[in-house]
Amino acid sequence: MAGPSTYEPKSGIERWMDSRLPLIRLGYDSMVDYPTPRNLNYWWTFGGILTLCLVIQIVTGVVLGMHYVAHVDMAFDSVQRIRRDVNYGWLIQYIHANGASMFFLAVYLHIFRGLYYGSYKPPREVIWILGVVILLLMMATAFMGYVLPWGQMSFWGAVVITNFFTAIPLVGDAITTLLWGGFSVGNPTLNRFYSLHYLLPFVIFGVVALHIWALHVPGNNNPAGLSVKSRADTVPFHPYYTVKDGFAIILFLILFSVFVFYLPDALGHADNYIPADPLKTPEHIVPEWYFLPFYAILRSIPNKLMGVLAMFGSIGVLVALPWLDTSKVRSMRYRPTARWCFIIFVIACLALGYAGAHNPEGINLWMGRAATLYYFVYFLLLLPILGLVEKPKPRPASIADSVKSHGEPAATPAE
Amino acid sequence: MKMRLVFAAAALLAVSVPAFAQEEEAGAEVETEALEPEHFHFHFEGPFGTFDTAAVQRGYQVYREICSACHSMEYVYFRTLGQQGGPFFDEEYPNPNDNPVIKALAAEFQIEDGPDDFGDMYMREGRSSDAFPSPFPNPQAAGAANGGAVPPDLSVITKARHHGPHYVASLMSGYTDAPAGFELQPGLYYNPYFPGRAIAMPPQLREGVVTYGDGTEATVEQMAEDVATFLTWASEPKQQTRKQTGLAVIIFLIVLAGLTYGSYRAIWRNLH
Repeated sequence: MAGPSTYEPKSGIERWMDSRLPLIRLGYDSMVDYPTPRNLNYWWTFGGILTLCLVIQIVTGVVLGMHYVAHVDMAFDSVQRIRRDVNYGWLIQYIHANGASMFFLAVYLHIFRGLYYGSYKPPREVIWILGVVILLLMMATAFMGYVLPWGQMSFWGAVVITNFFTAIPLVGDAITTLLWGGFSVGNPTLNRFYSLHYLLPFVIFGVVALHIWALHVPGNNNPAGLSVKSRADTVPFHPYYTVKDGFAIILFLILFSVFVFYLPDALGHADNYIPADPLKTPEHIVPEWYFLPFYAILRSIPNKLMGVLAMFGSIGVLVALPWLDTSKVRSMRYRPTARWCFIIFVIACLALGYAGAHNPEGINLWMGRAATLYYFVYFLLLLPILGLVEKPKPRPASIADSVKSHGEPAATPAE
Repeated sequence: MKMRLVFAAAALLAVSVPAFAQEEEAGAEVETEALEPEHFHFHFEGPFGTFDTAAVQRGYQVYREICSACHSMEYVYFRTLGQQGGPFFDEEYPNPNDNPVIKALAAEFQIEDGPDDFGDMYMREGRSSDAFPSPFPNPQAAGAANGGAVPPDLSVITKARHHGPHYVASLMSGYTDAPAGFELQPGLYYNPYFPGRAIAMPPQLREGVVTYGDGTEATVEQMAEDVATFLTWASEPKQQTRKQTGLAVIIFLIVLAGLTYGSYRAIWRNLH
């Protein structure tokens, strides 16, 4: 779908620019005339939403960086000062803190979309792997960002998470010392986390550019999972998807605003309003909600090294996914058994989130273990086997046909 | 098959019996788990909630006359009391530093300043630009004066505790005699809302311990509610602005969403 460019410079300036740096051509080909399958549903709007999230985090973050002080004695105070005395500091800080949660909400929906409609399958493996890299970078950035306000949860979260690395045989202690910049979590840790928290978003930005570039070579996957066969299957990105994405983005911003303006602390933890105290351990050390499923995987395995391996493995397995799923059919719309396995997978992920938020005792522990088991069984057994034994449902001949038969309300006239 | 079932049942029993035994043991002990805070009706709650200025003023009086003897509020400045949304805001003085009420409140305190040109520290009258002075020079001094328990800073206390203002109000008005069998260490007081139920802070609010300028009767509940209101305001002086801005933003976004949806339908209508 990358195909030949259809851009024609119309004015002298455009022609002058086009023969020197074809920037306008790039924009035109990727955002205006980019041929997009005509059957994309609202699950496809999260790409645009995520780009906006990244921009919001970078813009608010740069402004916060002008007022924040990365020092153990002043970090907590400086955040209070931003909230109280900086003009609109309260707004910027709340947007940034809640923005991280919104970012993860959107990225998880985006990933589930990809899993359901088989967006990781050929020819989109590289897009998918770049996406996994972005997820890992986001997790590192969010974790280090949560440390910066230097409250109790910031500090003790940092202690718990950096301690994972001590589980690595031989080099574990050396890596942990390097992360800490000393022999415990302290001022050097805060300083390097701040430095990296400022750096990584720009790395994410770069990988996002690659992710989008890689997307624009084969073009979008779509709910039918069919490849584009003719011009009739597509519509130009602008105005069809700029307006649809725009509408979804505004709905997302309404949800975002509800949190920023009315529930700014709902996704955080009260203990983080207590300044960090290395001598006082909070009763429960709980990570931010978006890490809870991984925390549950970690705690469902009694051995520390194995737990850490399982936790990282839960993301690592995503890298191998394009080759684990043996089915030629992309969309689970046409895979009756896989569809149910996927629905159970989503439930297992939610169960992991619940288990991660509660003490690993009794039923919570066993629920966490069952969900962890299912998580890996889904990728390592179900998807490889189902592709070989499952009989897919008949698929429409083309995307254009699928729109007619499926009755996508957006694509049919209102009358 | 039957054999297996019997085994399974036996295994289940073996697992569950000690669990039941444990529960009973715990039940026999005196309850130490903190109670859920009582629910108070605060004027500032909900998306349209605003601060009851008189209640915040009374709460400041309670803090000033009682709490501030031991608890600091490092992040709150006198000027904050006079900024928009604050309890002593006066439209005539958009710059709260000029507000005579604020100036007078600050002047009640002597604040250490310096060093002067000779290198000496000196005491001066408080100004509106000063932070609330702390009762103790450092946490060690605070601990030494309070039997080892450091009174926490109250600037963000309602955000730092679950159920925030409800917890503070319940705690302040919730002291009772310890139930029979509850072992209370010397220097601790029984309060069912505190984690562990034994708190180092003695009961502070007694009927009429402050005299409100506006004639409100100073019952324990009234003072507890007022001080929780003040502390909630202090934990986020911009709360009212936040909610009002939010309303405008969300109305704007809903209208924009409607317009965008209309354009979306209009644009996609051309497709066949």
